[in-house]
Amino acid sequence: MKRYSVFAIAREAMRYHQGWEKAWRAPVPKAAYDAIIVGAGGHGLATAYYLGKNYGITNVAVIEKGWLGGGNTGRNTTIIRSNYLQDCSAAIYDKALSLYENLSQDLNYNVMFSPRGLLMLAQTHHEVRGYKRTVHANALQGISKTEWIGPEQVKELVPIMNIDGPRYPVLGALYQPRGGTARHDAVAWGLARACSDMGMDIIQQTEVTGVRSEQGQVVGVETSRGFIGCKKLGIVVAGHSGQLAEMAGFRLPVESLALQALVSEPIKPCIDVVVMANTVHGYMSQSDKGELVIGGGTDGFNNFTQRGSFHHIEETLRALVETFPIISRVKMLRQWGGIVDMTGDRSPIISKTPLGNCFINCGWGTGGFKAIPGSGWAMAELMAKGEPGPLAAEFNMWRFREGQFIDESVAAGVAH
Amino acid sequence: MLLLECPYCGVKAEETELSPGGEAHLKRFGPGSTAEEFEAYMFARKNPKGVHFERWRHAYGCGKWFLAARCTATLEVFGTYPAQTTEPPADIIDKIKAKRPDWKGWK
Repeated sequence: MKRYSVFAIAREAMRYHQGWEKAWRAPVPKAAYDAIIVGAGGHGLATAYYLGKNYGITNVAVIEKGWLGGGNTGRNTTIIRSNYLQDCSAAIYDKALSLYENLSQDLNYNVMFSPRGLLMLAQTHHEVRGYKRTVHANALQGISKTEWIGPEQVKELVPIMNIDGPRYPVLGALYQPRGGTARHDAVAWGLARACSDMGMDIIQQTEVTGVRSEQGQVVGVETSRGFIGCKKLGIVVAGHSGQLAEMAGFRLPVESLALQALVSEPIKPCIDVVVMANTVHGYMSQSDKGELVIGGGTDGFNNFTQRGSFHHIEETLRALVETFPIISRVKMLRQWGGIVDMTGDRSPIISKTPLGNCFINCGWGTGGFKAIPGSGWAMAELMAKGEPGPLAAEFNMWRFREGQFIDESVAAGVAH
Repeated sequence: MLLLECPYCGVKAEETELSPGGEAHLKRFGPGSTAEEFEAYMFARKNPKGVHFERWRHAYGCGKWFLAARCTATLEVFGTYPAQTTEPPADIIDKIKAKRPDWKGWK
């Protein structure tokens, strides 16, 4: 693989840009691999990447039903933060944030990570107390630079915000200056390019239709292009985790719901931090193109259609217009939905499964993008060693039986 | 926009009038049950991509709980029925079988 650099741009400029290589190969699947990852989204590709990088396992295939990064990786609002309350959540999301900080250099691919700072608004007294508690928890966990700021500082950081209410006054905010955004497609593309360069096969447009096992051990997967054998299987398919689990013979504490996002027409730069407001359930940032990127809450019913209910958009925008009166006449350009996999405690699952050598990484719900490198790191460790490392241990799928929940949904007041 | 007919008051209610209540016909377990049974009741969900039976409440109408048969892959509604039952009524099962010949049944 030719490296991307300023010299490469200069070289290609001299020869009409005809020397750029394809970023990843489109191989014909081999008969068998050491490891197969189902799902070429961010989490699946990151798992493959760290399997190769950290453990030298490169005889790997990543099998994707649609196209690479075409699911939730390409449908989220790209927010990255690590100011979580529970110790194990803070650990894995902060690992992800630390990896994001160097991901562009690591992958030799510009993922446009932008640590522009992130505000979580407190609009009720309960939230004020909750976020102050998070600040203290983060200090004990060693999550750097999470701080509580008052409404005046919020106004200073986001001049377009109306902090006086009357319905939802801003009482302060949880501020993480290291948080921000990244370009979601670039994360998938950069990881895919790095995986392909290590000799891994990324097999798109190939649907897994069954999981074959012998004596309780996985031996391969049936696909729309025939049987492919493997020694280890990683299921990283977000919304369709329940379907893959059924093929592998077990049931998950997961339900699939539609989550929507939308972007406005491009406008001049007006907001240079990410703002989340959990009470009214809306979040907003401005992309490099100038579009306001807006997200809200999930629908309440099971749904696989990647279409959501319109009244959620109405509710999200109603709240955001009150918080940011300046956007009241901005036109919305596009709206879309993704299918998120919600667990019983709204925290993810990175776990061994009842089927031998079959591992699952799912349940990231509404907040998976921020975790991509950390999730891949932990999942790769689990798949390489067969046992979870410290990052993944508490996210096992048996915690629901034991009652050992990782209750971030209560900590955040909403899905996160 | 999802429209469901409330089987009690006969109103064709749209989604904002209703509140979703998750999977229907769950087998409930009480004190003395095993951890596995509790897990199955509390958390393990069918989450099918296709025919799904679920609970809804006509929250901004008569306030009563009812059940609905719906396809999660197409959002098609097969029918609604009162909640005082342990299994879906035969006419709704027949309707689903007519429209989804390879459907494996509700259990």
